[in-house]
Amino acid sequence: MRFGVVVFPGSNCDHDAWYAVSQNLGQTAEFLWHDSPKLGNVDAVILPGGFAYGDYLRCGAIAKFSPVMGAVRKFAQEGGLVLGICNGFQILVESGLLPGALIRNRGLKFICRPVRLRTETTNTPFTSQARKGQVLTFPIAHGEGCYYADEQTLDRLEAEDRVVFRYLDNPNGSLRDIAGILNEGRNVLGLMPHPERAADPLMGSTDGLVVLESLVAALAAETRRA
Amino acid sequence: MTITPDVVATHQLSPEEYAKIIALLGREPTYTELGIFSVMWSEHCSYKSSRLHLKKLPTRSALVLQGPGENAGIIDIGGGWAIAFKIESHNHPSFIEPFQGAATGVGGILRDIFTMDAMPIAVMDSLRFGPLDDPDSGARNRRIVEGVVSGIAHYGNCFGVPTIGGECIFEPCYNGNPLVNVFALGVFRKDEVFYARASGVGNPVVYVGAKTGKDGIHGASMASAEFTEESQQKRPTVQVGDPFMEKLLLEACIEAMHTGAVVGIQDMGAAGLTCSTCEMASRGGTGIEIDLALVPQRETGMTPYEIMLSESQERMLLVVDKGREDEVFRVFKKWGLDAVAVGVVTDDGKMRVRDHGAVVAEIPARELADEAPLYDRPHTLPFRAAPIDGPVIPEGDSDADLLALVSSGDLSSKRWIWEQYDHQVRTNTTQGPGGDAAIVRIKETGTSVAMALDGNGRYAYLGPREGAKLAVAECCRNLSTVGAMPAAATNCLNFGNPEKPEIMAQLVEAIEGMAEACRFFQTPITGGNVSLYNETLGEGVYPTPVLGVVGLLPTAAPVTIDFKAPGRSLILLGGLGQCDERQFGSSQYAKVIVKQLWGLPPALDMEYEKKVQTAMRAIVAAGLADSAHDLSDGGLAVAVAECSFGPARIGAALDLESDLRPEFLLFHEGPSRILISTERPGEVQRIAEKHGVPALLVGTTVAGRLSITNRGGRLIDCEIQRLKSAWEGALEAALKG
Repeated sequence: MRFGVVVFPGSNCDHDAWYAVSQNLGQTAEFLWHDSPKLGNVDAVILPGGFAYGDYLRCGAIAKFSPVMGAVRKFAQEGGLVLGICNGFQILVESGLLPGALIRNRGLKFICRPVRLRTETTNTPFTSQARKGQVLTFPIAHGEGCYYADEQTLDRLEAEDRVVFRYLDNPNGSLRDIAGILNEGRNVLGLMPHPERAADPLMGSTDGLVVLESLVAALAAETRRA
Repeated sequence: MTITPDVVATHQLSPEEYAKIIALLGREPTYTELGIFSVMWSEHCSYKSSRLHLKKLPTRSALVLQGPGENAGIIDIGGGWAIAFKIESHNHPSFIEPFQGAATGVGGILRDIFTMDAMPIAVMDSLRFGPLDDPDSGARNRRIVEGVVSGIAHYGNCFGVPTIGGECIFEPCYNGNPLVNVFALGVFRKDEVFYARASGVGNPVVYVGAKTGKDGIHGASMASAEFTEESQQKRPTVQVGDPFMEKLLLEACIEAMHTGAVVGIQDMGAAGLTCSTCEMASRGGTGIEIDLALVPQRETGMTPYEIMLSESQERMLLVVDKGREDEVFRVFKKWGLDAVAVGVVTDDGKMRVRDHGAVVAEIPARELADEAPLYDRPHTLPFRAAPIDGPVIPEGDSDADLLALVSSGDLSSKRWIWEQYDHQVRTNTTQGPGGDAAIVRIKETGTSVAMALDGNGRYAYLGPREGAKLAVAECCRNLSTVGAMPAAATNCLNFGNPEKPEIMAQLVEAIEGMAEACRFFQTPITGGNVSLYNETLGEGVYPTPVLGVVGLLPTAAPVTIDFKAPGRSLILLGGLGQCDERQFGSSQYAKVIVKQLWGLPPALDMEYEKKVQTAMRAIVAAGLADSAHDLSDGGLAVAVAECSFGPARIGAALDLESDLRPEFLLFHEGPSRILISTERPGEVQRIAEKHGVPALLVGTTVAGRLSITNRGGRLIDCEIQRLKSAWEGALEAALKG
């Protein structure tokens, strides 16, 4: 499987995602430069963490205008799998690929620590290899990770089984403890915690591999169908 | 502008130094030249008070590829790879503007690392502030802590380098003069190192990165003077950092260096364009000529003086192979950065600055960079106001004392600080903040690098020579505790006004002590920084030599400090140690419980220390240590408590056998001791015996409680949870004021 990892100016978890996919998962990963209007021949796209374009104006607000995001939007519309981690999640909501917004943490401080997440649904290409209710430990590292949306949107996300992960001990004030959500088509996941930082025994947790392994399983199933 | 004695004095140049300038030029300097000399010959840039003594430090070993004199020191880590590392202070700016002062401190040291082509993979910080509850300065100190921590977080997190550890100490002497020392480390192939040298006459000199503005003018001179009541007005001398720009600069510089078209490169840090041009020419044995009209500028109407002295951040100067400029320009264009040829390498040894063609400064580069005044400043006996003998220490309630110690400023959990730092980005951090040493793996080699920062101002105040030796010993012990072999060091010397003989004496003795210990532990100093004039209104800080030591170990799950399970044997490697009334005066117990400072630092036997460390590394290598933690501030009882604060809340029951009085036994800070929990105590003791050091079986781990007895008599018995809550919440509570 070929994973494309987008590199914006200011991305800083791009190499971590690349390493997790290529070294911990054993798949192929390549970098996609932000001003390229084409994705090339990739099976899935990762928008990595960092501070794209310095996160000036608002997190992700400038990144959404980059040429590569036009291609990502098209890829997603055609059913391509897109995983946005941390800043990648922020870019997905700014781009309108996911609903809601990510605002300053409740405590107004950047937080870096491992958090426990409950897997709320396995009916996704990102969590099919997990058990429903399974508790996973991923690190978070963000200053603007408080998930916010109006009541109607939150109700709809829940009714449509689109909340993928919830925090067990909400670190940032996210409404309804939301840590990660899907789009309507269930092929775009945005989450604040970092599965790629929990993909190596030396990093203290390999829980993040379940997300990447689910992606591989989904892509394999797709290949079989095709 | 006419240069009068007053103008010379406001540039912090003495009449003698001015005379030297005239002799060197053979004429009166222009105003721009005067500005250039004043920054290059400032204490901050020239080390004019310390250079003579810094020569006493060992700088070489088989591993050292680059010692002092370049942007950072380099050591070989095997497999064709090397690491570059250095520590630097940003004390003065952090007092005037804590957030930007600390942020640009991080930015500056990161540029020193990637200037050499090394990818920064770790940052650590050594911080010292006035007490948060100080009756007069508490509110200001709390504001400074908040600002410094968020400044470091802002810069490091956005840049994408993990901040993986450090230290944070509170003392009244830092009320008007906090210390912010930042350490950074980078990794690269050892045959790809770049140097800050201008070679190849006719090669273009290329300016890259942020535009030049009026910020930070005379920052280096500000950092070379004592603070007065007017210092707040110096806020414009503090620069403003942009970590996003720095991240682009990092990527672009490394990519440009890999084109093969870059001949030399240096960052513009203190003294900006002035320092980078004359130092590169001096090191290359060449000259440099630039035209300021070509320099990208943020505002209009800047004078040559301002452009040359600006300390705007995120700028670099490159010397490029003539004819291959376009390869370099293409890289910077890709990253959206300015890259402009502003001058050329010449053969006349001059630093020639033009403004629209007209020469505004022409100074011999080598003399400017390397012939700064050198002072053998008088030094007497080191300053100390503390008595040798202390008060009679009443018998205390050891449970209450331990609780007070673990919730005191220096010993309480620093989680509130380090959780604001991204300590995991780049997925190399195998041991982050909170351990004895921090560890990052090097993905390319299968080895890991351990690092620790240490300094103890109280020890150094009571005995500068011994204090510096103790800092070296503790750093090396921290590394040995995780199984790493100490390899090399960097130092940051924070002292007061060197023009006072008793302050100069502190500096001289600390350097000599450090030299002796670094030689003994085979950790040569490969670079660092001296920060003098850390005084406000005539009050100096404690002499604070801070050491950063790096060491190597195989990549594996690290030995951590917390007890893992009940029923493990506890071994005190190195024994119970010794302490007398005088040595107890430098302890945290004296500070927190007795609230006084007296006497001497703990006694260090370096031979013994080395044996303990060698044994420790062998114990780790044999896979025998379930947990390990060295004894330092707060002594044995605090160390046991810290080992109990892990997620499993496993405590310990210790029974000791000692003639020391209870306070000494529990809380003395004698070095050369490490507490190990193990399932195989016999094997640990056999290794210790082989190395000729005691390994006392002092107790076992137990669930939920911490108890210590001496010959069966109760000294301490308390619940872990109670201690842990106090330890965890103290800093945040204190910051609320």
